[in-house]
Amino acid sequence: MAYLIALSIWAAGWFINARLAHGPQSDTRLVSLLIPVIFGVTIIAMWQVLVTMLDVSPIILPAPSDIAARFVASTQTLWVDFKQTVIMGAMTGYIIGMVAAFAIALLADRSEFLTKGILPVGSFMAALPIVGTAPIFVKWLGSDWESKSAVVAVMVFFPILVNTVAGLKDTSGMQRDLMRTYGAGYWPTLFKLRLPAALPFIFNGLKIATTLALIGAIVAEFFGSPTVGMGFRISTSVGQLALDMVWAEIVVAALAGSAFYGLMAFIEKRVTFWHPSQR
Amino acid sequence: MNLRGIIPALTVVGFILAFWTLAVIPMNAHLTADQAQRDGLVMSPEEPRDRQAYLGLVLALKNPAIIPLTYSLDRPRLPSPHQVAAEMFETIFMKSPTSRRSLVYHGWVTLSATLLGFMIGTTLGIILAVGIVYNRTMDKSVMPWAITSQTIPILALAPMIIVMLGAIGIQGLLPKSVISAYLSFFPVVVGMVKGLRSPDGMQLDLLRTYNANANQGFWKLRLPASMPYLFASLKIGISAALVGAIVGELPTGARAGFGARILVGDQYGPLMILWAALFGAAVTAAALVGIITLIERRTLRRMGMAGTS
Repeated sequence: MAYLIALSIWAAGWFINARLAHGPQSDTRLVSLLIPVIFGVTIIAMWQVLVTMLDVSPIILPAPSDIAARFVASTQTLWVDFKQTVIMGAMTGYIIGMVAAFAIALLADRSEFLTKGILPVGSFMAALPIVGTAPIFVKWLGSDWESKSAVVAVMVFFPILVNTVAGLKDTSGMQRDLMRTYGAGYWPTLFKLRLPAALPFIFNGLKIATTLALIGAIVAEFFGSPTVGMGFRISTSVGQLALDMVWAEIVVAALAGSAFYGLMAFIEKRVTFWHPSQR
Repeated sequence: MNLRGIIPALTVVGFILAFWTLAVIPMNAHLTADQAQRDGLVMSPEEPRDRQAYLGLVLALKNPAIIPLTYSLDRPRLPSPHQVAAEMFETIFMKSPTSRRSLVYHGWVTLSATLLGFMIGTTLGIILAVGIVYNRTMDKSVMPWAITSQTIPILALAPMIIVMLGAIGIQGLLPKSVISAYLSFFPVVVGMVKGLRSPDGMQLDLLRTYNANANQGFWKLRLPASMPYLFASLKIGISAALVGAIVGELPTGARAGFGARILVGDQYGPLMILWAALFGAAVTAAALVGIITLIERRTLRRMGMAGTS
């Protein structure tokens, strides 16, 4: 019975989406937004029906309604955890890592040789499981948010560095020659030509780094934290089998992640409005 | 990377190693001073509490005798490169690979979960990508979620997946593989969709003039055209899969694997175990990405696409 209802929900959702996707207005913004929303609602409805009707134990999979109830009931806790992990841990680390990456990129930019060396080494480092260094930073800087920021800073450093260095190289000789004919020195050329030209690359790195920052801040808390924070809450709630709390934290993480990414994409749109990909 | 590219890269690596080696002195100065005093050397200032007021570097300069000693502590705050290298040599080559003290044993535990999950995730990802490219409803419903998933720290699901699968009796390799699988799944979907869509109108039209059917269009144009995109995603996917397997070993206190070594080194053992595990994981990640790059190069060269990626 439960399977039958779930199947009919799926069929209904799919039918509506198929009609919308093949309909005359399928490319309008509203419909493009509506279809994934309907798909998401369909999945959640099936989840709800299956969990409630089959009596799935809440220590395996809580129903969406339980998660929503838990979310509403513990907004206070969730907000405190959000502040600790996202604002203090992830944001601080993100800014430190970003500033450091820009500084090193500008230094390396003065020398062709260093640029050539930093690109392969940086992209190599970016592929390493840096989040594993979390326990070391916890030992050095204590278990509060400082150690999380340090992990985040190291994690976001390499993708931003590589993209910035690559971006600074992305001007043609003709453009640089033009600046020289204007009598522009290194700094005017940098600010008026090469930095603007590098912005699409830089934002690419910044966008990749938003997800890394949250991952770093959350996972680093698995290795030791004060009794607050999203990673702390996830690991202790998993231990208490309070999975509805874990899901509520994951909802917060998902919202924070997309908001952070969205913020960067928004700034990018405003700053690089001249770039072909934004027009 | 050609030979001329190696020299600048090696220089940068040399810089990093030199910085690390120098950082050992201030990082370990306080510990070393305490140890040296217990061994009978005269330190200035003499009270350990007074020494806390000094920066590590200043303390080392005031007591030059301790500088060489900072490199040979048993439990340093920051081990020097040669100590980590010695520990790695010891645990990789001097122990039998089946011993629990061997890094190769722990590496294999993590690697097998990573590879299994990576295969599952990649296969499912490619299948879904094909579905998305050929089915408009699927494209419109699933693709936005696949893209959004890239902005969400889905790695945070890892502890719950371990417990969830544990509650229904699945333990060992598989839960970690599930984490690896979903972490490598989404990059492959997104990259592969981009790749399968990369042939332009002209190329598709050409196939139509050849009277090629959809099947031929897929095997002869879309799939080959997607290869550079696929390999780029595979490289992201495999390193995500490795991180997933390592993090999957943390919450339940797994007894084997890189993640377990990191925990053991963190909580009970000497920190050197942790450092060795970290570098072991780094070498593994590098090797995995390297293997994919090698396959990529050979494949693209045989397809006549070398240099396009």
